[in-house]
Amino acid sequence: MTELASSTTRQAGPAPFADKLRFYGIWIAAAVALVVLPMIFSSGGSLTTFSLIGISIIFALSYNILLGQTGLLSFGHAVYYGLGGFLALHGMNLIISREWPIPLPFVPLIGGLFGLIFAMILGWVSTKRAGTVFAMISLGVGELVASSALILRSFFGGEAGITTNRTDLPPFFGYTFGPQIQIYYLIAFWVLVCTIAMYALTRTPLGRICNAVRDNPERVEFIGYSPHVVRYLAFCFAGFFAGIAGSLAAINFEIANSAYLGIVQSGVVLFATFIGGVAYFFGPILGAIFVTYLQLGLTDLTAVWQLYFGVIFIGIVMFAPGGIAGLIMMHRPLYRAGTLSMIMPAYLVALLPTLALACGVILLIETVSRYLVHAGDDTTLHLLGIPFDTSQPLTWAITAVLLIGGFYVARMTWRGIAAAWDRAATAARDKGYAA
Amino acid sequence: MTAAIEINAVNKSFGNISIIRDLNLRVEKGERHAVIGPNGAGKSTTFNLISGYLAPTSGEVRLNGQVISGLPPYEINRRGLSRSFQVTNVFGRMSVWENIRCAVLWATGHRYAFWKNVDKLPEVRDRTAAILEDVHLTARRDVPASLLTYAEQRALEIGITIAGGADVILLDEPTAGMSRAETERAVDLIRRLSEGRTLLIVEHDMSVVFGLADRISVLVYGQIIASGTPEEIRGNPKVKEAYLGEEAH
Repeated sequence: MTELASSTTRQAGPAPFADKLRFYGIWIAAAVALVVLPMIFSSGGSLTTFSLIGISIIFALSYNILLGQTGLLSFGHAVYYGLGGFLALHGMNLIISREWPIPLPFVPLIGGLFGLIFAMILGWVSTKRAGTVFAMISLGVGELVASSALILRSFFGGEAGITTNRTDLPPFFGYTFGPQIQIYYLIAFWVLVCTIAMYALTRTPLGRICNAVRDNPERVEFIGYSPHVVRYLAFCFAGFFAGIAGSLAAINFEIANSAYLGIVQSGVVLFATFIGGVAYFFGPILGAIFVTYLQLGLTDLTAVWQLYFGVIFIGIVMFAPGGIAGLIMMHRPLYRAGTLSMIMPAYLVALLPTLALACGVILLIETVSRYLVHAGDDTTLHLLGIPFDTSQPLTWAITAVLLIGGFYVARMTWRGIAAAWDRAATAARDKGYAA
Repeated sequence: MTAAIEINAVNKSFGNISIIRDLNLRVEKGERHAVIGPNGAGKSTTFNLISGYLAPTSGEVRLNGQVISGLPPYEINRRGLSRSFQVTNVFGRMSVWENIRCAVLWATGHRYAFWKNVDKLPEVRDRTAAILEDVHLTARRDVPASLLTYAEQRALEIGITIAGGADVILLDEPTAGMSRAETERAVDLIRRLSEGRTLLIVEHDMSVVFGLADRISVLVYGQIIASGTPEEIRGNPKVKEAYLGEEAH
């Protein structure tokens, strides 16, 4: 269930050329996309965004080694991200002061190595049990490390954190890594390498046994494996890649502070991974892209962006527990059977009322927050370019109409989707595609 | 000759309640040995004690002469003992193929390897394919285990149990809940797969027990009250009184 895009279990004999081409084609396309992306969107803002997305992708994929592959819900994964970041930053400062000939592109290895070392130290106890015990220990370890960051000032730099200047490192083939475009390509390189490595990991004996431990740790004991060792190894790999992500963040911002290893950072990676979908390898990639855009976009638009975050997360957990990847893959059998067109009209019909409902929710949140929190300030808000004065009853009336009317009509159209879905799935099954 | 399984004076109690009392049992190498007894006699507990799921309160269990009581299940499995479960216990979200392959990996020496491509291990592939063929699940190889029919899940359960190549196999009520036709197929399968191995089986279906077992032990209230060939057990008055008399109407 954790395949990249297609079922690989069928490869009993040597894979046919077309399959091979399709498999490597995905990675080549990804590499080309990473190279071409900044040529299409070359503004400084988008380069920064892409860099953040790249870091987030590695971090979320590393988290999914735990959650999606091994079934371990961690509330403290940022510990290894943060410690990786701090150690990479100290490493950079050491390289500068000692004038070691280590250029910047190799620095993420320092962070990865220390992410691995800390995971090896803290992981043995953490992974003794799965489930609630693991979750609680991860939370405890997370708090422990986050609070030490404020206590051990000489190492973590207290509230302010520690800084570096990445351009002081020895240049790499003439590149100084001052401009953001060079940092983007540095991150893009590591994203590609780490993604391939983590995907390869899912296709090893250990990767498969991780899945078995996720599904049924008890049974694993009776086929020769210690679930504790399996969880521990998964934890170490997750720590390693989280450390790489953390050092890329340290390189990108030239600063590391206690926020790197705090509970908020651990929460964001859990959000991104879950929203993207844990059951498919590419799920966390989508989640990282989505959540990073959301974070950057919403903080500009609204003061209560965290509330939207929460609403979206609850919505995904309740209505699409497979995340974005799950939603996409649901359509795969229909697409293959050619019955996708049967549900498209229902989707189109549902689009307008659902959007109206969404606008109603947004208006409600914004109106209330303006009215209550920023009562003295400007009471006018803009939605889709339309000004709404939150002190006017008319705004409240529009909100109510959109919210209640939108919900009422949208619910009817959702039933239409469900019915159309049933027909399309039945038709797909008749053609031999399990839906 | 050392026995495949030897249980010496084993006791198991949960708090004040003693489930197994001074249990002694010998399973010879290469035999098919059935444990029967009324509900609550401690048959599944005995299996759990042998396979390491539980540790005995006192006494010892030996596998091929080596003491295994107190070892974790995976250590016992690595020493050549494998068990199935009464309630189907498979890897639900993984395909049938992956289920069997995971059970093959340790025995083929790949263990925790993270540097090998699991799809490119010929001996793993061949062995997995052979086991699938043995349990008649080749046609269902890509189906997630949780979507199999009940009888298919039981077959997969047996497949996982034998996949590691253990020479001592424990099967806990392999035909429970099956129809007559399914039971017959399952018995054929078990007879074939236990060829050349030691089999210890817990079973309620008397036709299965008497058709399959070389020797039978009768467990009542945590103690073995009789051990012998099917004929001896049939003629044993103690057994008739304690068990067969009540059930064979």
